[in-house]
Amino acid sequence: MNRSNFLASSTFRLALLYVILFTVSVLLIFSFIYWSSVRYMATQSDSAIQTEIQTLAERYENRGVPGLRRLILDRITRQQPTGSSLYLLSDPLGRPIVGNISRWPQVTAEDGWLNFNLDTSDRDDPDLHPARARRFQLSGGFQLLVGQDIHELKLAQRRIITALSWGVILTLFLGLAGGFFISRTMLTRLEIINETSQRIIAGDMKQRIPVSPRQDEFDRLSGNLNRMLDQIQELMDGIRQVSDNIAHDLKTPLFRLRQKLEAMNVEAGSSAGHTQVLQDALAEADRLLNLFNALLRIARLESESSKTAMTMLSLSELADDVAELYEPLAEEKQQSLSVETPQSISLFADRDMLFQALANLLDNAVKYTPKGGSIRLSLSSQEHSVIIRVCDNGPGVAVDQREKVFHRFYRTDTSRSTPGNGLGLSLVKAVVRLHDGRVSLLDNDPGLCVELNLPNTPER
Amino acid sequence: MRILLIEDDPEASRYITRGLREAGHVVTLADNGPDGLSMASDEEHDVLIVDRMLPSMDGLSIIEALRRQNSPLPILILSALGDLEDRVLGLRAGGDDYLPKPFAFEELLARVEALGRRPGPGSLTTELAVADLEMDVLARKVQRANQSITLQPREFRLLEYLMRHSGQVVTRTMLLENVWDYHFDPQTNVLDVHVSRLRAKIDRDFDKPLLHTVRGAGYMLREPE
Repeated sequence: MNRSNFLASSTFRLALLYVILFTVSVLLIFSFIYWSSVRYMATQSDSAIQTEIQTLAERYENRGVPGLRRLILDRITRQQPTGSSLYLLSDPLGRPIVGNISRWPQVTAEDGWLNFNLDTSDRDDPDLHPARARRFQLSGGFQLLVGQDIHELKLAQRRIITALSWGVILTLFLGLAGGFFISRTMLTRLEIINETSQRIIAGDMKQRIPVSPRQDEFDRLSGNLNRMLDQIQELMDGIRQVSDNIAHDLKTPLFRLRQKLEAMNVEAGSSAGHTQVLQDALAEADRLLNLFNALLRIARLESESSKTAMTMLSLSELADDVAELYEPLAEEKQQSLSVETPQSISLFADRDMLFQALANLLDNAVKYTPKGGSIRLSLSSQEHSVIIRVCDNGPGVAVDQREKVFHRFYRTDTSRSTPGNGLGLSLVKAVVRLHDGRVSLLDNDPGLCVELNLPNTPER
Repeated sequence: MRILLIEDDPEASRYITRGLREAGHVVTLADNGPDGLSMASDEEHDVLIVDRMLPSMDGLSIIEALRRQNSPLPILILSALGDLEDRVLGLRAGGDDYLPKPFAFEELLARVEALGRRPGPGSLTTELAVADLEMDVLARKVQRANQSITLQPREFRLLEYLMRHSGQVVTRTMLLENVWDYHFDPQTNVLDVHVSRLRAKIDRDFDKPLLHTVRGAGYMLREPE
C-alpha cells in the first residue's frame, strides 16, 4: 500500500470529509461561544456604567455638586493605582470639575455611547487603551461622563479567540490523525482481502481470507467470501470429477472394445475383406482414446498447478526441435517453415508440455495454411518474459472467434472440414496457464499470429 | 525373455500375461508388492513390469528398493495415472520406461522387448548392420550395398534407433520419446513423414525393403525373409 494509493483510498477521503465537516461545526460552535461571551461581557460593562450613572445622578439630586464631587473622588481613590472606571464631571461650560480623564473625548456619540481611545501619554503602558463611556446631562447644565477602560475586556476577548483558534487547530489535527489511523486500519483489513483474492485469481484456489473471532462486519464479509469460495471450489471439483469420470468411465469400455477388435484382427489373419474394416474400426477407437486422453490432460493441467516437471531449458533449442519435427510436413505442402531466434533464450518451463504447445501451434499452422504458404516461429526475449510467436499467412481467425477457439471442442466453420478434435488450442492455453503466461491471437495481414507471453522468472 | 509382472488387477494381469506368452515370453506373476519385490530380488528376470498403484506397497517403493540393491533390472512402469507428472516421478524413482493405462498391447510388447534387449551401459555397439544396410555410429556413416547414404542428423538418430531395435516393433511414441526425446501427443501423422523420408533414402533404390510399417502399431526394421 503506497502513499498515493492511500491518499486516494475511499476510506481516507471519507475520513477527510468527516474531519472537514467536524472542523466547520467546531468553528461554528466556537464562533457562537465567542460571540455570546463577548456580548455578555459588553452588556455587563454597559449595565455597570448605567447603574453607576444612576447612583451618581441620585447623589447629585440629593447633595448637589459638592456631594457628587466627593463621591467621584472617593471612587477614583478607591480604585487606585489602576482602575478601569472613568469619571469626568464638568460645569455647564465644559470645564472639568473632577475626574480621572483630563478632558472630554472628541468623538460623537452613537446611541448615547462614546467609543474612544484614552490619552495614554501619562502612563507607562504603551498599549492603546480603548474606552467606552456614557454622557449624562445633569440638571443645571452640569455634565457627567461615566465610562470604562475596556482594554482588559479586549485582552480577554483576544485571549478567548486565541484559545478557541487553538481548539480548532487541535480539532483539525486530532481529527486528521484519527481519520488517518482509522482509514489505515480499514485499509489494512481490506488489503488482506485483496491480497487473498489476488492469490486466488493467480490460481491458488486453496487460499482463504483470515477471519478474527471479533465477528465484526469485516469478519462477516470475509466469512461470506470464504463460504462463496468454498462453494465455487466444490462446484469446480464437481465439474472436474464429472468430466474426469466421464472420460475415465468411457475410456475403459472403449479400451475393451479396442482389445476385442485387436483380437479379431489377429484371428482374422490374412482373410482379406474384414481386415480393412477392422483396421478402420481400430483407428477410430484410437482416435477416440486419444481424444479422451487429451481431454483428461487438459483437465489435469487446468485443475492443478502441477509444476514438478519445471526445469531451466533452452527455449531456442526447443523451438528448433519442434520446427525440425514439423519441417517435413510443411515441405510436403510446399510451405516454408522458418525459425527466428535472435539469441539463446533460457526459460524455466515444463519441457514436454511446452513442446506439446508449440507442436500444436505448428500443427495448426501447417494444417490451415494453404499450399505454398509460409510459417514463421519466432522467439524474442524481454526483460521479464519471453514471447513466442507462430505466424502464418493462412486464412487467419475472425476477430469475433478469437476467444472461442480456445474453448474445448470449438472449431471454426472453415476448419470443420480438416481433421482435428478442437482441443489443440485448449491444450495450448492450459500449458500457457501452467506457466503463468498469456496467449493471444493477432492479425498477420493476411494470416494469423499466435503469441505466447511467458514470464521468465526462475522461482515459480 | 523372462518377464516378471507385478500387477494386482486380475483382468489386466490376465490380458498382459496371455499376450506376452503368445509372443513367446516366460511370464511370472506377483499380485502384490512385497511378493513382487522378493521375487524381483531373488530370481533372474530380463524385464520387470510393475503397476504403479498396488496395495500394501506401491510400485515406486518397489523400484526404489530394487535400485538401492543396485539391481540393473530394466523396469517398465504401468500406471492408470496417465499424467506426465507421474511419469517424471516414476522415472526419477529409477524406472526405465513408463506406459500409461490403458495401452495398446503392441505398445507394451514393443517397449518390453526394447527394454529386454537393451545392452548394458558401455557395451553399446558402434557398428550396426541389418542385411546389407550398415551404420558406423562413430563415423556417422551409413551405407547400403556399399553405396553411401547421406542422412540428416535426425534421420541418422531415427535409423540408429530402428537398427538397434531391428526385428522389433517400434511404436510412434517410442520414436518420439527416444529419437526426439520429447513426451507428447502428436496430433497428426508428423512422424510418418519423417519415416517415409528415411525410407526413401534407404529403401527406394533397392530391391528388398527393410523398413516396414506395422499396421496399428508402428514400424519395424528387419532383414528380408
